[in-house]
Amino acid sequence: MTMYAALIYTADVDWTAPEHAQEMAAYGEFGRGAEAVIRGGAALYPTSTATTVRVAGGKGGDVVTGDGPYAETKEVLTGFYLLECGDLDEAVATAARIPAARHGAVEVRPVIPM
Amino acid sequence: MTEPDDGHAALVRVVRDEGRRVLATLIRTVGDWQVAEDAVADAVERALATWPRTGVPEQPRAWLIVTARRCAVDLLRRESRRAEKEASAVEMHLPGDDRDVDTIDDDLLRLVFTCCHPALEPPAQVALALRTLCGLNTEEVARALLVSEATMSKRITRTKQKIARAAIPYRVPAAHELPDRLLTVAATVYFLFNEGYSATSGDAPLRGELAAEAVRLARLVHALLPDEPTAIGLLALLLLQHSRRDARVDAEGRPVLLADQDRDRWHDDEIVEAVALIGRGLRRCPERPDPYLVQAAIAACHALAPSPDTTDWVAVVSWYDVLLTVRDGPVERLNRAVAIGERDGPAAGLAAVDAVENLEDHAPWLASRAVLLARLGRTGEADDAFGLAITAETNAARRDDLRRRRRRLGEPTPT
Repeated sequence: MTMYAALIYTADVDWTAPEHAQEMAAYGEFGRGAEAVIRGGAALYPTSTATTVRVAGGKGGDVVTGDGPYAETKEVLTGFYLLECGDLDEAVATAARIPAARHGAVEVRPVIPM
Repeated sequence: MTEPDDGHAALVRVVRDEGRRVLATLIRTVGDWQVAEDAVADAVERALATWPRTGVPEQPRAWLIVTARRCAVDLLRRESRRAEKEASAVEMHLPGDDRDVDTIDDDLLRLVFTCCHPALEPPAQVALALRTLCGLNTEEVARALLVSEATMSKRITRTKQKIARAAIPYRVPAAHELPDRLLTVAATVYFLFNEGYSATSGDAPLRGELAAEAVRLARLVHALLPDEPTAIGLLALLLLQHSRRDARVDAEGRPVLLADQDRDRWHDDEIVEAVALIGRGLRRCPERPDPYLVQAAIAACHALAPSPDTTDWVAVVSWYDVLLTVRDGPVERLNRAVAIGERDGPAAGLAAVDAVENLEDHAPWLASRAVLLARLGRTGEADDAFGLAITAETNAARRDDLRRRRRRLGEPTPT
């Protein structure tokens, strides 16, 4: 078995806003359908709530925080799942059922066991 | 045992052909591409060292499998203690049980589909296919695909890492996904063929050999999946195009157009084989013919004509009509328009070529216009069109051909 992160890239939306209720229901449905392979996951608040942290000058250096992510892209990371699957074909078939795959993109990456 | 004085070249061929089959099996039993490859390389080296002395064993494949598996065990042992468990697992299969020899075709098919997995980018698929399925070494793959050896080595390593880390399965796709997955395989093999077929730069002889490798691969895929229309069509199409290899380039390496080729130099046996394949393939998909089969049927119309002016252009145009129902694109439309020019004359051809959209910068489109304008005697416009086509054409030999045709403008045309 291999652990995969299914990274969800969509428009920078607020999933808690009422207009996304229907879509969140679709995610709920996906979650129940793929229960057997889902090991974790979360939806993320929009990037306007994000804080970027860097430590300047290496270990022990100044903590520098910034507002939001640094790149302006059309699609941003808005959620993720952890999937434990037999192989990539199974992971891809599962990722294809995530609602974001239909209007955004889902990046499937193997996870390094730690 | 056969005689030990077998020619070395023949021996190398046996070892290379058997080697890829042995590799296909080893990857399954060892589960690690790199270890499997190193083990097979060791076994091949031992075969080349011992067989000239002892003779080729009666079952060279079984010999190679057993030897490669022992090498794999050694390699895993040496690698680390962590691998101890894997080494024992591989060892349990020792000595070579016959099941491995029986499932060898399945293993080869697994290797084909894994090399051409859609999660791998096309250049990686092509590189891996050449490396593992055709048995070229990294340097040869690099030279054949015109990239540096360092780049190719990185590409192949990265591809194998992705297969291992992302757990790309080593398996033949299920029946319902087979047709789609076979299209990826066919695209890779066809790309490989074209790399060789249109080789005009780099190491031309080696790149030319790519076309032969692609035909061998198409043969392999067809042998493994004899009832799949795509497998039948791909082999037929490659055989027909490859059958012209001795006639399509002149002594100076310039391309000879289909109409000017010496048809006695076409390989008739390959044409006969391809035509039989097309008949068998089309019966398997009467409702929706496979695009490779249809392209092969078009190529067969040319291959079966004893001379250019006996070409059945009515049949060619009809096959293009069929092709457009299963694969409709601007290039297919252009080829159909050119065929109309042959069937109905240059005026109809020019109208058809002009009706094809989205090819305004495409050298073959510009060249087709120029040739048709020349045939219509519209010399001034033809001269302009040749100019545009020459600018757009990136292949030096084809550019020279266009220049020659431009110079002949205004001379009485033979047609």
